[in-house]
Amino acid sequence: MEHTVEKEIRLKGINVSPGICIGKAYLVGKEGVDVVNKYYISKDNLQNEIKRFKSAVKRAKDKLQEIIETTPEELRQHIHILETHKILYKDKMLYGKTIETMEKELVNAEWALKQVVSNVKRMFKNMTDPYLQGRAADIVQVSESIMQNLVGAKTLDIGAIRKRVILVAADLSPAETSQIQLEKIKGLITDLGGKTSHTGIIARSLEIPAVLGLERATHSIKNDDIVIVDGTAGIVIVHPTDQTLIKFEERQSNYEKYKAVISRSSHLPAETVDGIKLEVLGNIELPEEVVSVINYGGDGIGLYRTEFQYLSRRRFPNEHDLFDNYKDVVEVMSPGSVTIRTLDISGDKGLSYASDPDEKNPVLGLRGIRYCLKNPDVFKTQLRAVLRASAYGHVKILLPMISRHEEVLAAKKLLANAADSLDKEGIGFNDDIEVGIMIEVPSAAIMADVMAKDVDFFSIGTNDLIQYSLAVDRVNRQVSHLYQPLNPAIIRMIKHVADIAKTNNIEVCICGEMASDPMNMPILLGLGINRLSMNPQSIPVIKKTIRSLNIKDTALFVKDVLKETSETGIMEILQHTYGNILQDIGYTD
Amino acid sequence: MNNSENDLSRHVIIANDLGLHARSASKIVKLVQSATSNVWIIKDGKKADASSIIDILTLAGPKGSTITITIDDQSDLGILNNLVQLIESGFGE
Repeated sequence: MEHTVEKEIRLKGINVSPGICIGKAYLVGKEGVDVVNKYYISKDNLQNEIKRFKSAVKRAKDKLQEIIETTPEELRQHIHILETHKILYKDKMLYGKTIETMEKELVNAEWALKQVVSNVKRMFKNMTDPYLQGRAADIVQVSESIMQNLVGAKTLDIGAIRKRVILVAADLSPAETSQIQLEKIKGLITDLGGKTSHTGIIARSLEIPAVLGLERATHSIKNDDIVIVDGTAGIVIVHPTDQTLIKFEERQSNYEKYKAVISRSSHLPAETVDGIKLEVLGNIELPEEVVSVINYGGDGIGLYRTEFQYLSRRRFPNEHDLFDNYKDVVEVMSPGSVTIRTLDISGDKGLSYASDPDEKNPVLGLRGIRYCLKNPDVFKTQLRAVLRASAYGHVKILLPMISRHEEVLAAKKLLANAADSLDKEGIGFNDDIEVGIMIEVPSAAIMADVMAKDVDFFSIGTNDLIQYSLAVDRVNRQVSHLYQPLNPAIIRMIKHVADIAKTNNIEVCICGEMASDPMNMPILLGLGINRLSMNPQSIPVIKKTIRSLNIKDTALFVKDVLKETSETGIMEILQHTYGNILQDIGYTD
Repeated sequence: MNNSENDLSRHVIIANDLGLHARSASKIVKLVQSATSNVWIIKDGKKADASSIIDILTLAGPKGSTITITIDDQSDLGILNNLVQLIESGFGE
């Protein structure tokens, strides 16, 4: 037994994905490039290694060229430094020297580059002129972008993890998250991020305990430290004492037992006390998750996010790849329905090959349907794949980020085109496929009556709807407390949309995080929502909650809710009226 | 200075206010890129490769300092003359 003198440290963060795990820490450097490994290259492989370096430089340089080209004329004056950077990429002292080092020492490109850069840095540090001293920063920037391309082109070091570890990172971009081999990860810890961040969603959907927003986790935890992650309580313990270890092992087994109990009843229907059956569906991102939707008793897929297939590669996937994936999901889920949301690339989930790195306000930018309408070829490829999959089960199409009625019409026109082209080729599909829209932009909610005439269903994406309506960035810790699903403005907006759906006799579903919190059920049911889609592991507890509620009561209760003027007031009457029920189903926060 | 149009080596006084900084160095590098052989900048006995911004910057040449530009090959005389002009004109700043 190894004895450590390190003191037990407790860190408090945001409980993002429930569960407890104990294991060794594995730190991921910022951008995955802080830790540079050195290894030797055989003479035979040297040319390949040099080629790898050259193509990394080229990619970095091309990217910069793109930035320069897309900079508006009036700002060109200020980007001369970028022109300098462009030349620096091929500078003898950087480019030539790195290749020289590789040839001389037979080392990998990353290591050679690192050596060269630190030499150059030293040279500049010794200079007296502060301007020149500062130029070291330019060289570092240029070399870092090469390094990112080097590391990214091979595998990010997250991809190379061999043992089962607890991943510790400052932050994980969706692109990085997609590179993690998740079966190697026991738990997740990050400095940044919150409940509804992409990392959080992924952790929950894969049932990996996660605590995010710890702020200084990467400073307090070292590689191979023993760490306990309590994703239920939002606590991370570093260097636990023996007593702590025993306590948490016990908690871990209790949690597993609780999970087993709750999933046993998960296949009972979601029928209220007064006999109304609700549809409870799962949100998925990876095709493999269909299995957990079925295991947890989901009636279908209410939201199939399709970005992952675009994120995990270097170029746009082709129709065949997409179709294969969709068909898998549809066939496994059949006869249950699968609602496929078309590509919603956003700033948060930028594709390196198709995004503008300088976009200031990506959530308000070119994303979702806007991106697809601007890139009809990309869109049409996906629409054809979805249509083809519709021949194999019950498929619905969901259009994201709709903010104007014209977008619905334009998208439907492209869909009709895609259908025509399949028809001509004699490829089968469901020509009566249901088309719905996400209600996540306030303008779409306000215009719901107009939208309803042209769509078959609404899907309320509460995450974005709340963020846009309350003007709160849910990832920003300074304001994330203002992100309140039970804000009266949100409840009114949902009511408005649900009422319009009812008058127009179209379906309405809630597919944001809001649908996975038992606490919200009395209100959502009372508002007349009868379809809910959520992360698969929330399905059992939500179904159990629904089975304990009475629709007539909730409708009356909502009348009182609508009189309240703040979320605090709403929470109070919720506790007062439904506190017992929520406690009974084992719901604690 | 007794510069002749055909010398392989020329002396120049840096005329621009900022001296040999990143922007002016990148202009030099751009010109030198088409040279057939080596082009050198020498200052206070230190010799820098004129095709490398980094190397030029390490010379730390402020306004008013004298530098010597040397070419290895006769065929680069045109580039040498252009360089002298560029530096004497203060890099057009």
